[in-house]
Amino acid sequence: MSDAKDRIGELIRSNDIVLFMKGTALFPQCGFSARAISILDHLNAKYETVDVLQDQEIRQEIKAYSDWPTIPQLYVKGEFVGGSDIMMEMFESGELHELVAANAE
Amino acid sequence: MPMAASEIEQLIREAIPDAVVTIRDLRGDGDHYAARVVSSSFAGMSRIRQHQKVYAALGGRMGGELHALQLETAAA
Repeated sequence: MSDAKDRIGELIRSNDIVLFMKGTALFPQCGFSARAISILDHLNAKYETVDVLQDQEIRQEIKAYSDWPTIPQLYVKGEFVGGSDIMMEMFESGELHELVAANAE
Repeated sequence: MPMAASEIEQLIREAIPDAVVTIRDLRGDGDHYAARVVSSSFAGMSRIRQHQKVYAALGGRMGGELHALQLETAAA
């Protein structure tokens, strides 16, 4: 499992904005993941996604890594931002726009 | 296995006694809920920590038997 932990660390280090989700940006497999993608797309964010349905090790490990029980999970610049509810709150308040804009490109 | 809204509310109140908990059953199917939890104990905590506190109250059910719980928290 420490291998999965290393891989997660590498993913969030090498991508400014990364979303751990169920499915892909084009075909989200869960309503919450779909909501997270809509928010990022609405902000014109440039992001990477990791489909946890294709990787059971990461699917399990990310929950311990973030101390967060659900998917999706958003990381910006190596920092855990939250799940889709927090993303929506931060989107509505404008905070997410600032965070994403500060990390665009 | 779905959970009753009353059970979710009870678990949160046991862990966060002053919590004001409002639960909506989004689809009327006992499986997709939205909860708003307001507590003075959230003061000074980040959103992430507030949500973690509620998830801890639910004791591992979140993401398991409790699939869909939209969560909103606020300090009283």
